[in-house]
Amino acid sequence: MIATSTKPVAPAATETAMPPAVALSPDEASVSIRDLVIQYGALTVLDRMSLNVGKGEFLVLLGPSGCGKSTLLNAIAGLLDIADGEIWIAGKNVTWEEPKDRGIGMVFQSYALYPRMTIEQNMSFGLKISGLPKSEVAERVAKAAKMLRLEQLLKRRPSELSGGQRQRVAIGRALVRNVDVFLFDEPLSNLDAQLRAELRVEIKQLHQDLGNTMIYVTHDQIEAMTLANRIAVMKGGIIQQLDTPEVIYNRPANRFVAGFIGSPAMSFLTGTVEGGAAPRFSANGLTVPLDRYDFDSTASGQLEATLGARPEHIIVGNPASGTDDGRWLWLDGKVRLLEPTGADTIVWTELAGQPLTIRVTADQKLKVGEQFHFALDLTRLSLFNAGTGVRL
Amino acid sequence: MSSIASPAAGSRVVVARGPRPQSLTAGRIGLYCFILVTAVYFLAPLYVMLMTSFKSMDEIRLGNIFNLPQHFTLQPWIDAWLHACTGLNCTGISVGFTNSVIITVPSVILSIAAGAINGYALSFWKPRGANVLFAILLLGAFVPYQAFLYPLVRVYSTLGLFNTLTNIITVHIIFGLPVMTLLFRNFYAGIPMELFKAARVDGAGFWRTFFSVMLPMSTPIIIVAVILQATNIWNDFLFGLVFAGRENLPMTVQLNNIVNSTQGERAYNVDMAATILTALVPLAIYFFSGRWFVRGIAAGAVKG
Amino acid sequence: MTEPRRLRNIAAQIALTPAWLIVAFAYVGTVVWTIVISFTSSKSIPSYNFVGWAQYARLFSTDRWYISINNIIIFGVLFLTICLVIGFLLAVALDQKIMFENSYRTVILYPYAMSFVVTGLIWQWMLNPALGIEKTVQALGFPNFSFDWIIRTDMAIYTLVIAGVWQASGLVMALMLAGLRGVDGEIWKAARVDGIPAWRVYLFIIVPILRPMIVTAVVLLSIGVVKAFDLVVALTKGGPGLSTEVPAKFVMDNLFLRANIGLATAASTVMLVTVLAVLVPWFYTEYARRNRGGHA
Repeated sequence: MIATSTKPVAPAATETAMPPAVALSPDEASVSIRDLVIQYGALTVLDRMSLNVGKGEFLVLLGPSGCGKSTLLNAIAGLLDIADGEIWIAGKNVTWEEPKDRGIGMVFQSYALYPRMTIEQNMSFGLKISGLPKSEVAERVAKAAKMLRLEQLLKRRPSELSGGQRQRVAIGRALVRNVDVFLFDEPLSNLDAQLRAELRVEIKQLHQDLGNTMIYVTHDQIEAMTLANRIAVMKGGIIQQLDTPEVIYNRPANRFVAGFIGSPAMSFLTGTVEGGAAPRFSANGLTVPLDRYDFDSTASGQLEATLGARPEHIIVGNPASGTDDGRWLWLDGKVRLLEPTGADTIVWTELAGQPLTIRVTADQKLKVGEQFHFALDLTRLSLFNAGTGVRL
Repeated sequence: MSSIASPAAGSRVVVARGPRPQSLTAGRIGLYCFILVTAVYFLAPLYVMLMTSFKSMDEIRLGNIFNLPQHFTLQPWIDAWLHACTGLNCTGISVGFTNSVIITVPSVILSIAAGAINGYALSFWKPRGANVLFAILLLGAFVPYQAFLYPLVRVYSTLGLFNTLTNIITVHIIFGLPVMTLLFRNFYAGIPMELFKAARVDGAGFWRTFFSVMLPMSTPIIIVAVILQATNIWNDFLFGLVFAGRENLPMTVQLNNIVNSTQGERAYNVDMAATILTALVPLAIYFFSGRWFVRGIAAGAVKG
Repeated sequence: MTEPRRLRNIAAQIALTPAWLIVAFAYVGTVVWTIVISFTSSKSIPSYNFVGWAQYARLFSTDRWYISINNIIIFGVLFLTICLVIGFLLAVALDQKIMFENSYRTVILYPYAMSFVVTGLIWQWMLNPALGIEKTVQALGFPNFSFDWIIRTDMAIYTLVIAGVWQASGLVMALMLAGLRGVDGEIWKAARVDGIPAWRVYLFIIVPILRPMIVTAVVLLSIGVVKAFDLVVALTKGGPGLSTEVPAKFVMDNLFLRANIGLATAASTVMLVTVLAVLVPWFYTEYARRNRGGHA
């Protein structure tokens, strides 16, 4: 145990559980999680999880509540006891270090500002404890306050600030620590939609300006998509997919990721896939040719499968008007329900006896009960093994 | 159909329009009767007590207890404060008042300090065995005091502390611990764990977090605790009787001695003045604390 | 429950040491000691001459003990029931947007601020047959009016109830009112739209919602019943005769006046076991359920 704390372990020893998309080696990682096990009593929340976050990377941990994302973040911060494994930050084994000694700053969902201290005292509390000289403390606080436009608020109490301002103070409290790694635990979840959008931009700007490593927990896929260099989609304590937002959106690794990312959600049709030279998907009299589908694995024979199509990857119109180069599969449907959302309208229809949603622009005038034509984009479908949920 | 809305000649149909007319229903009258009767039940004793304390004994023997004093006198109050007798000792209830103050002030301060530290440690740090400790403390709040008394008397005697101020004060701390711990634990349980985590990331330890972060936030619960403990300890009779010792008898015990063991004729006016004097401190706390008092009841109680 | 080992700090353990000591010695230790003495023949000073269940046999052949138990049951049942009913009605009355709401609430609750000793002495005076309510009503022109419960052996126990209810029903009111104010206003709107009469809403919808408050009130009042000592001493001194003797007073008398330590500790052990028998199951269900509310 002592040996491991002095020198990084050889990558090969710990790399086995790593998801295939991770190209980083633990040595060049800013934060490295190795075989992490976390248990609450008899319940194992995280089981042998490994994860490497690159220097200057913005990694988002995304997943539904209870997926273990906050647990993982708390473990990195040193606020949770771990059962097994190691945590490395900036090339140093910090598994047993106190939170303050890990070189991290953390921003919490409820802001967690000290209510009886002024904004200035909030930001300087940690620095004073660490015994930093007064002048240095003042300098750092001033710098962070300037960066976050908090100069006018320094003498106020948190209760006198708006939610957005409070969260900026919380970010400031992390900033003054001059650390390599920022941890965000659902920092925008307590804010209303408009503020959330504003602060999201600010955080992104901050990351661009500072270039620090940031690990950001959220259940909001918009935040994840807009902020992340890479997203780790988690469920049940397991990373389902770790990749760039583009790949996660376009090539979800399994049915859970496909359903979780995208709003409105992807429609799923159950049926069978036949492999071979002319692969196709069929369900209830519907046949979808799959020769333009990019298979992950070479499928052969027949297999129970789920076909996923995003509402925005289906077009509505007239087959004669479009230039059909084999990319579109034209079908007929009847409008069951319309959900106007302003810019877009969500059309509910049925395909092969299963519900299907299509996103159209608001100027498409459809009526409930009307027959209409639509086309699936055959290059942007997703196909999953019905049993395992894994992408085919 | 529009003809209905237009006022027909000679029609006295009332059109429902505008605010509904107020009416005093039977239920409303019954409600106020109930309120009146109960208010009398709760107020009468205080009224009678006050009236009695301003009357002479002659007037008490002749008149009825609800009458206003015909010859208003403050003599019973003076007697109660300065001359009322317990046995052969006629120094008035002022002695008990002083004793109660001497007992109550340190007991309140120390038991609140203990409760705050315990509550903080239990709700944020959860050290090993915290649940066991808390469970026993809670049970201890329910156990009849008679089950503790005799051994405690022996222990204090052995230590040479029996019937001293230290004795009665420590007993109040010991038996105030469950409620105070519960009060603060519940209060701190309502504070986001994230605040505690933020302090840890900032490098604050056990005491730093307590004094710099938690304690400054605890003003409301400290007020509640002061009200609760000051009232409880002032009103205590059993512990004062057993542990305080002859020199330090609190006001409640002395009051009971004055009223219930007078030789010769009983001076009801003096008794009532002494009773009011004894009730004065908790009553003052009650009237000045207002809603805080109710918060104390709910906070100290809700979880048992 | 989460028990992160990292957070188990030495300082926290040290801070809790006094509490541990108090629990170990002042609570558990004294109770065990009390139980041990109850199996000895101790009279005025504890001896360790063990006599088995003899003190318990003696206790349960003592009339005075049976009278105490009988009295505490009568007092307890009446006190609890009346306090709950009156307290609930008071809370409902206060919830009707009445005039002088604040003054009325103040009037109902002030007795709760006063000690049992004060309460007992006030009512001793009110109930004094020679000079109190009885004499006053007779003087008003009802010469046959009789209200001399406090000197009647068959009625004295009810004077304890009168005084106790006066002191404590404000507590029930405060708890219930807090509960009523916490009831979702939409329930009332829904009931109005459905045309349900108010008394039905109170009885069948609100009372179940107030369950936690009622439980709390019952627990608090019950503690008061078991510990009932001050009130009895101040109001009736256990008399006339033994008609208002209660277990707590029985123990105190035998401990400090009658030099019957063995008997007194046996009686307090019986009290303890009774309380625990009721408490532990309740504690287990109620507390274990609620305990999850703490920090995970």
